[in-house]
Amino acid sequence: MSAPPLDRPTVADEQALQDLFDATIAADHRIEPRDWMPEGYRKTLVRQIAQHAHSEIIGMQPEGDWLLAAPSLRRKAILLAKVQDEAGHGMYLYSAAETLGADRADLTDKLIEGRQKYSSIFNYPTLTYADVGVIGWLVDGAAICNQVPLCRSSYGPYARAMIRICKEESFHQRQGYELLLTMMRGTPEQRAMVQDAVDRWWWPSLMMFGPPDDDSPNSAQSMAWGIKRHSNDELRQRYVDMSVPQAEVLGVTLPDPDLSYDAETGHYRFGAIDWDEFKRVISGNGPANAERIARRRAARDDNAWVTEAATAYATKHGRAAA
Amino acid sequence: MTTTDVTAEGGHGAVPTGPEVPVEPKPALSRRDWPLYECFVRGKRGLNHVHVGSLHAPDDEMAVHAARDLFTRRNEGVSIWVVKAADITASSPDEKDPMFAPSGDKVYRHPTFYEIPENVPHM
Repeated sequence: MSAPPLDRPTVADEQALQDLFDATIAADHRIEPRDWMPEGYRKTLVRQIAQHAHSEIIGMQPEGDWLLAAPSLRRKAILLAKVQDEAGHGMYLYSAAETLGADRADLTDKLIEGRQKYSSIFNYPTLTYADVGVIGWLVDGAAICNQVPLCRSSYGPYARAMIRICKEESFHQRQGYELLLTMMRGTPEQRAMVQDAVDRWWWPSLMMFGPPDDDSPNSAQSMAWGIKRHSNDELRQRYVDMSVPQAEVLGVTLPDPDLSYDAETGHYRFGAIDWDEFKRVISGNGPANAERIARRRAARDDNAWVTEAATAYATKHGRAAA
Repeated sequence: MTTTDVTAEGGHGAVPTGPEVPVEPKPALSRRDWPLYECFVRGKRGLNHVHVGSLHAPDDEMAVHAARDLFTRRNEGVSIWVVKAADITASSPDEKDPMFAPSGDKVYRHPTFYEIPENVPHM
């Protein structure tokens, strides 16, 4: 038997390929790396996956700031594991981006040059140790709301990365909530510290879901492609509904005087979000933007000798990967 | 946001994903010479190695170490394989690939093709 041709058949015209792609999406099957895909689909995925990866990597910093100040060995071990997980999540996602033709070193360069962004939430500083708990509870909680539907994203490598990530995020959220429960059983000062952290992180957490649906122009296309499964506002509402009872058990007040239960809809209503603040922070004027990028740049530049040494070692021992 | 789209679907929150965000790789810089490895993990004895993802490493040994840190932080496996992605030979990706078509009409290869009377035991 002669070997079958391994490369894509050239006879199929673009329309046939598009039809096959559309049929795959319509059947809710997954698109895989070597499949033909529309250029817009590929670009949208690269942007989204790269910026998700950048968020995981930059997201190590706010919590990493407390590694040396964790109050016990137990808390330090937990925090170290969590920060290491964030690095892992970034790696899974850069891998997924590479299946689309991106290059991860190049993506890092684009991040450092400010041409690709990361989540605005990581531009806020962690002022007290309670912030570590609140990030786990609220920020990772919001991330879980976003990420669980992405496990069914139409692009196979992205969906598979999200499944791994979601399994680990559950640990992140629970360790944060348990940390806060412990502090709430402590002194009045500790309880005040938790409330202060909640006051500072609640609104930025709501902003994590992005602008309201009517100000999110490309969402419809992403939904049609099965990249995005729920609208920004849907996910935000789901998050609020989940968080309010958790805040009650914890014994903290969410900083929103308009927060109230609507028995008719079964949802919590909440106040207006300050989108001007969101735009300010995401466009580079948040409290910690410059610091985050400076540290990422230093990590790349100061550690370059390690990657060079590893390459030199592999070459010297004749086992450099070709 | 007038100049860009911002989506929360990047998981960790809303980020600009509009057309001004560059996506094409530009050749250059660090680590370009570290090849891509595909990684496979055996979850436990008795199971096959399963593909879990990919990473870059300077050589085979470092690839195994990196795969250990990246994919088995929680006892996910008892054995790891790594192989350079460039060394993998693959069929073409389409499910409509003619390579797989010949098996489509060979229904007699499946046990359900054969009718056996109901009073025949253990079959």
